[in-house]
Amino acid sequence: MKNLESKREASVIEWNEFANSKKARILVGAATCGRAAGALDVMEEFKKQLAQAGLADKVEVVETACIGLCYAEPLVEIRTETTPSILYSNVKVKDVAKLVEQHVQGGTPVKEKAEAVMGDEEFDGIVPFAKHPMIELQKRIVLRNCGVINPSSFEHYLARGGYKGLERSFSMTPEEVIEEMKNSGLRGRGGAGFSTGMKWSFARASKADDKYIICNADEGDPGAFMDRSVLEGDPHSVIEGLMIAGYAIGAQHAYIYVRSEYPLAIERLKNAIKQAEDAGLLKKKFDNGFEFEIKIKKGSGAFVCGEETSLMASIEGVRAMPRPKPPFPANSGLFKKPTNINNVETLAAVSSIMRDGAESYASLGSEKSKGTKTFSLAGKITRTGLIEVELGTKLGDIINKIGGGCPDGKTFKAVQTGGPSGGCLTPEHFDVPVDYENLAAAGSIIGSGGMVVMNEDSCMVEVAKYFVGFTENESCGKCIPCRMGTQHVHMILEKITSGEGEMEDIERLKKIADTMKKSSLCGLGQTAPNPILTTLRYFEDEYIAHIKDKKCPALACPKLVKFKVDAEKCTGCTLCERACPTGAITGGLKNPHTIDLEKCISCGACLQTCRFGAISRE
Amino acid sequence: MANEVYEEILKAYPARREYLVTAFQDIQEKEGYISEGAIASASEYFSISKADAYSVVSFYAQFKFKKPGKHTIKVCKGTACHVRGSGSLLAALEERLGIKEGETTPDGLISLERVACLGACALAPAIVVDDKVHGRVTLAQLEKILKELK
Repeated sequence: MKNLESKREASVIEWNEFANSKKARILVGAATCGRAAGALDVMEEFKKQLAQAGLADKVEVVETACIGLCYAEPLVEIRTETTPSILYSNVKVKDVAKLVEQHVQGGTPVKEKAEAVMGDEEFDGIVPFAKHPMIELQKRIVLRNCGVINPSSFEHYLARGGYKGLERSFSMTPEEVIEEMKNSGLRGRGGAGFSTGMKWSFARASKADDKYIICNADEGDPGAFMDRSVLEGDPHSVIEGLMIAGYAIGAQHAYIYVRSEYPLAIERLKNAIKQAEDAGLLKKKFDNGFEFEIKIKKGSGAFVCGEETSLMASIEGVRAMPRPKPPFPANSGLFKKPTNINNVETLAAVSSIMRDGAESYASLGSEKSKGTKTFSLAGKITRTGLIEVELGTKLGDIINKIGGGCPDGKTFKAVQTGGPSGGCLTPEHFDVPVDYENLAAAGSIIGSGGMVVMNEDSCMVEVAKYFVGFTENESCGKCIPCRMGTQHVHMILEKITSGEGEMEDIERLKKIADTMKKSSLCGLGQTAPNPILTTLRYFEDEYIAHIKDKKCPALACPKLVKFKVDAEKCTGCTLCERACPTGAITGGLKNPHTIDLEKCISCGACLQTCRFGAISRE
Repeated sequence: MANEVYEEILKAYPARREYLVTAFQDIQEKEGYISEGAIASASEYFSISKADAYSVVSFYAQFKFKKPGKHTIKVCKGTACHVRGSGSLLAALEERLGIKEGETTPDGLISLERVACLGACALAPAIVVDDKVHGRVTLAQLEKILKELK
């Protein structure tokens, strides 16, 4: 790819100027989570302040993506001629003036806002990024560029070895590429964990004039955002992976099926596809005869599209319902042509593996689960965000060392892995290596990589109810075990969390769960009972407390908890009275308040707003 | 909208089934919902029955059949938001606005929706007001947001 070589040289110069020069520069993390925390307002404020200081043309302000430390958003990196790049956390609009004056103009970092130094050495007592507690145990392959490059820049991707994986693939036969993929040990990161190389070999073996490859970017698991971050932060890594997969199986057409809830990811993808077309990588025949085009298809909000046959039905413009297999997509998939589906993270790993070789990837991870996996840490954990670790890293290290445990001195209770199809793990699993085999043995799955942490305030029965409520909503309705099963278990859990359950309900739950697992048509119904089964396995006492004592031990189920005001502690400040959405609190200024339990919906607004600890639950 | 406007949008696509959902997405982006007229125009353009077109639109959570309000508040009900109290946010909004999720205030000002997951899990609970994502939303902030809309 000669035309790429000349571009690469120019790109390296541009990248060095961006990353390694001493020119003053401000980077603002503006992926979806950064934006949710107010990053765009912060960026505007920097531009305004710099203009006022007469520095607008001397200091560049650049938007970057997610570096993974979402809990510390908005994140801003400032580099000047005299200081290395310093990463600041929780930067608010009001902090900007000081950062500009003291750091940009004065050359002294604002230590109290500094999170890390983006370099190898400590500076002024600030820790280097690689030693940051959330980063130290990570191994970033899929996330290699996220938050580091400008995601809208083709040149940045190219300069950091982009499209070298494709070049190396072109120096091999498609069969050799598939062999390389098998040797790397990469398994599908969408959830099922099937060998990527094997999957490709089936589609390769299918004979047809037209073949399709689909990138599943319909990240449906609630509580998971790995794919969003990769698409927003490094879209070319996915495009390169798609091209390599296309070359390996002999496909000419690709679709990226992406959630419409991810507008920024769609924008970045469109931009990247255009850049790849302009660079002659797409829609143009290479010397080896390979020609490839990529189309974006926006999803319409159907979780069942995680199932391959549903996703293909959706692209074809019909109701997204699964169909029995065989025929498998590798033989008869999209438009009845051989089709291969890989998820975003898998493809981003492919481009890296083909560049650096199977051996280096296979040297990471555990015996049967090779390489790295991204996880999104969310829920009641101190450092929420996106991480990538070697498979086989201990659960306790992920929760406590990387995530920093539960905030506010609360006790960790469980972590839900694998979304609605997964299960929960408890402190007794802290020594379990997180890989496909060990999580399956504990009754859960890695799934796509969501990890939602729950603490002592979370009710496990209520959590199970939440998940089956979700799958009930998302069940496509085609097969009876899933359609009726999710409805019935949801009803039973509703009964239990309302204090109306009976002991026989536990057996009923187990029986329906077993039927759903054995007889549902697709993965959605087969895995939907998992949250119930694991919570029953590890937290049966909570179910029993709801049923026998009519009590929610976590004080979380609205129908089993009563809020009350401690008249001695209440100062009559009226804060809770104003916060209560139903007008259940009365009392007036300087009088102790009371709660009308008839009107109370147990939303907890009063507990959140009271500054005197006068509100309690029982 | 008049039928010509639907036809204008539909014409951008070849009359092949695979473009049906995409065309409806464009129509909803322009009009805010899928009207009976839109279903009639699309079924004619793609040469399918109205029932068939309707069955597709009604399958996907994204499509709406009622005109949305001037502003839309979407409450994320993803797992992370759920364990961090998005249920209370939704309950409070329903009380304050006097409507249930999926409904619009009688004055047509605000529609209340819930979405499966926005992917802003690290900043849970999250809500989207029109196109702006708000993270770590508290009940107190909610009041402020509502005031700004009114």
